Amino acid sequence: MRAIAVALIVAIAACRGGHADRAIAPSFAVTDLGSARLDLAALRGKVVIVDFWATWCGPCRDEAPALIALQAELGPRGLQIVGLSMDDEEAPVRAFVREHGLNYPVAVADAALGQRYGGVLGLPVKFVIDREGRIASRHAGPIAARELAAELDALLDE
Amino acid sequence: MFARRFAVLIALLVASCGRSSTTDRAEPPTPTPSAPAPASPGIPSIEPADLAAQLDTAQPRPLLFQVGFKKLYEQAHIPGSEYFGPGNDEAAIGRLRERVASLPRDTPIVVYCGCCPWERCPNVKPAYALLHELGFTRAKVLSIPNNFGDDWAAKGYPVATGM
Repeated sequence: MRAIAVALIVAIAACRGGHADRAIAPSFAVTDLGSARLDLAALRGKVVIVDFWATWCGPCRDEAPALIALQAELGPRGLQIVGLSMDDEEAPVRAFVREHGLNYPVAVADAALGQRYGGVLGLPVKFVIDREGRIASRHAGPIAARELAAELDALLDE
Repeated sequence: MFARRFAVLIALLVASCGRSSTTDRAEPPTPTPSAPAPASPGIPSIEPADLAAQLDTAQPRPLLFQVGFKKLYEQAHIPGSEYFGPGNDEAAIGRLRERVASLPRDTPIVVYCGCCPWERCPNVKPAYALLHELGFTRAKVLSIPNNFGDDWAAKGYPVATGM
């Protein structure tokens, strides 16, 4: 019986927490445009997309409708998108969020936060973080919405 | 006996569970790099490898003008670069105009940004256009098809940080 118990524990552990090879996402806590505290640690248990973008970045602007749709569709399953703008000023970010109806929190990040994520040396850059707070993938440059949706679907099932 | 067989079964399940979770999902998907796009026709460009070599050897060393966003410059820029602000911003273009006003028109200059894929960069073309309009015959843009990180920093070329 003891062998069964040990095997079961190992099985459960392997199936529920088998991604130790993924790096822990750097923590951050910022204030979003709505003056709410946005703490990555508080999103543990969700699949998170940390999206570094800017209002003047054409590919970033192009992706906004797809991100809005993903948040609406997959939010109930546990997706949370977080937009971190690299704009210098907050005003254009506010205007963009209002104009496009972004349905996820957005904050203006600083260079130090970019560096904590390995350097945001080009936009857009997305980090997909699993429910355990680990980085499942990094996407530099535009990504097809269908590809991102497929990846999220798998992560949400983990 | 039954317990041992059951344990073996569980162990097999563990093996298959672990395999699917790592091979299917743990590997980050390959980013979708855009195909390297050449600099626009009519705009003289320089490849990163050539510029990196010139940083050590060229006399005179080309002036390096970064016309991208400030947070990019703060995180990484080519050593010796001067920061002007995004080239699509009139204030940045004004600073650039002022900076080059007294320079000989044959001064070697390289402008670069690297904020986004070349064909979508809003900054470098206005900056080059100004230099061209002012008659700078040795002005070039740095060829950055994807972004500064992929096409310069990740290739091991020198970078500096801070303002």
